[in-house]
Formats: sequence, structure tokens, C-alpha cells
Amino acid sequence: MTLDWEHFTPLSSFAGGVLIGAAAAMLLLLNGRIAGISGIVGGLLAPRRADIAWRLAFVGGLLAAPALWLLAAPPLMPRIDAGFGTLAVAGLLVGAGTGYGSGCTSGHGVCGLSRLSPRSMVATAAFMLAGFATVFLLRHFVPGAA
Amino acid sequence: MNALAAFGAGLLFGLGLLLSGMADPGKVIGFLDLAGRWDPSLAFVMAGAICVGAAVFAFGKRRARSFLGAAMHIPTRRDIDVRLVAGSIVFGIGWGIGGFCPGPALVSFGSGQDKAAVFVAAMLGGMLLYGAAERLMRKPQHSPRSGAR
Repeated sequence: MTLDWEHFTPLSSFAGGVLIGAAAAMLLLLNGRIAGISGIVGGLLAPRRADIAWRLAFVGGLLAAPALWLLAAPPLMPRIDAGFGTLAVAGLLVGAGTGYGSGCTSGHGVCGLSRLSPRSMVATAAFMLAGFATVFLLRHFVPGAA
Repeated sequence: MNALAAFGAGLLFGLGLLLSGMADPGKVIGFLDLAGRWDPSLAFVMAGAICVGAAVFAFGKRRARSFLGAAMHIPTRRDIDVRLVAGSIVFGIGWGIGGFCPGPALVSFGSGQDKAAVFVAAMLGGMLLYGAAERLMRKPQHSPRSGAR
């Protein structure tokens, strides 16, 4: 195994993780809710009245974060290699899969592992392994796909 | 007050995603690519988030109400079923293909990237599709609404 030292960012990644954990803590302790993004968004698609405001507000915060970031830090340059069609397929799988599996990286990965939920441990293992396998196949087996 | 708190939490969550590198699909795929030149950074994101999360959930689990007086909605299910595993595998495949999971996709959409907009639209489509399939499957039996997310 070779490490990609050029892109390795242990400090900022850890600090970002601490912020994510703090945000999940805030939503739990103030709103009594789990910070699972797919669940929060999914709840907006089949809305129940008393349950909409906090979901909309949380998603609004996510959408506003880049603007706040730009007030204090230089713009980020994310690498998005996939084309529009590929991303549409990926989005469809992510939407359906997180619905069917009741959660994503935040709900199962961060919150679920934090509270030692056996369901979330299994889910996290499953999506991580599937992610590893998918990238392995696309990058190292399918000619031209990388 | 509750909505304001949720907005603040979303904002902080988004900043964390940006700082951590989770909102960079290239970095996510660099993490998932064990056989290539591996970038382990995202393991540090999980470590940071869980350090805080574990302490807070241990404390929060014992509370009957939140500090703002809301009911605590903490999942109680412990059963491992096919849906959980199959759904998570499908999610993982989509994550590996695009490098986006739901939170980072929304944040990237918020920064105005057209590719993230396409991903988010498709993701909402996938969620609606799941919801529709769910209603179709449940129809024969009488259908109690399960809020178990």
C-alpha cells in the first residue's frame, strides 16, 4: 500500500470531524434529534406538519455553510472527476440506498457509531466495504473509467 | 428557537464537512481507493467526530428532554435485517461512484456547483422512488407508518 502524502490532511480532517461531532451534539442536545442527513432530507419528502421547520432549518444551515466559509477562508477547489450522467446514477443509488438502509455516513457512521448502535455498525461496515469495492473495480478494472 | 438551533447545527455541520475534506469527491475517492495511492485523511474525520459524539451521546441518552424541551428522538431498533444491509450496500456503491454522500452533496450544492446540483436532484429522486416503492409494498397489509430512521 502506498500513501498519498500530497493530499494527506490529518489535522484539518480531524478538526473538521470535531466540528461535525459538535454539530451532531448540538442537534441532539438542543433539538433531541439525530444528525442523519439522509433521514432529515427524507423526512422533508414525506412531510408531517410539526416536523418540517427544524428539518428545513438544518438543511438551510448546510446550504449556507459555504457562504460563511468564504468570509473567513480561501475558496476550496474540490475535484469532481465524474460527469453529469455518472453523478445522476450515483445520486439515484445514494438516495434509494440511504432510504432503504435508513441512514448514511452521518446518521449511521457518525451518530450511530457514537452511540454504539449495532445496526449502525453493520450499516457502516456495509457501505464502507461497498465503497472500497466500487472504487477498486472502477479504478483498477474498468478500462477508461478512472 | 428550535429552528434557530437546527440552523446553527446545520451551519456548523457544513463547515465541518468543508474543513474536513468530505465535501471534495476527489478526496473521498482517494480514501476509498485502497489499492491506489491511499489518502487516509477521512479516517481522521470519523475519529474526530466520534470522539465528540461518543461523549455527547453517552450523556444525551440519559436525558428525557432536550435543553430546549424537545422530546429526544433516539433510535431504539437493534435488529439487523436485509433492508439495512442491502440499502447500505447500494448507498456505498453510489458513494464510490460519485464520491458524494448526502451531507457533502448538499454543501457542495450550496456552494453553487452544477455537478452537485445534478447529484442532489438525482438523490432526491432516489429517495422519492424508495418512498413510492415502500408505499406500494405496504399497501396489501394495513400500514402503520414506521418512523424508524
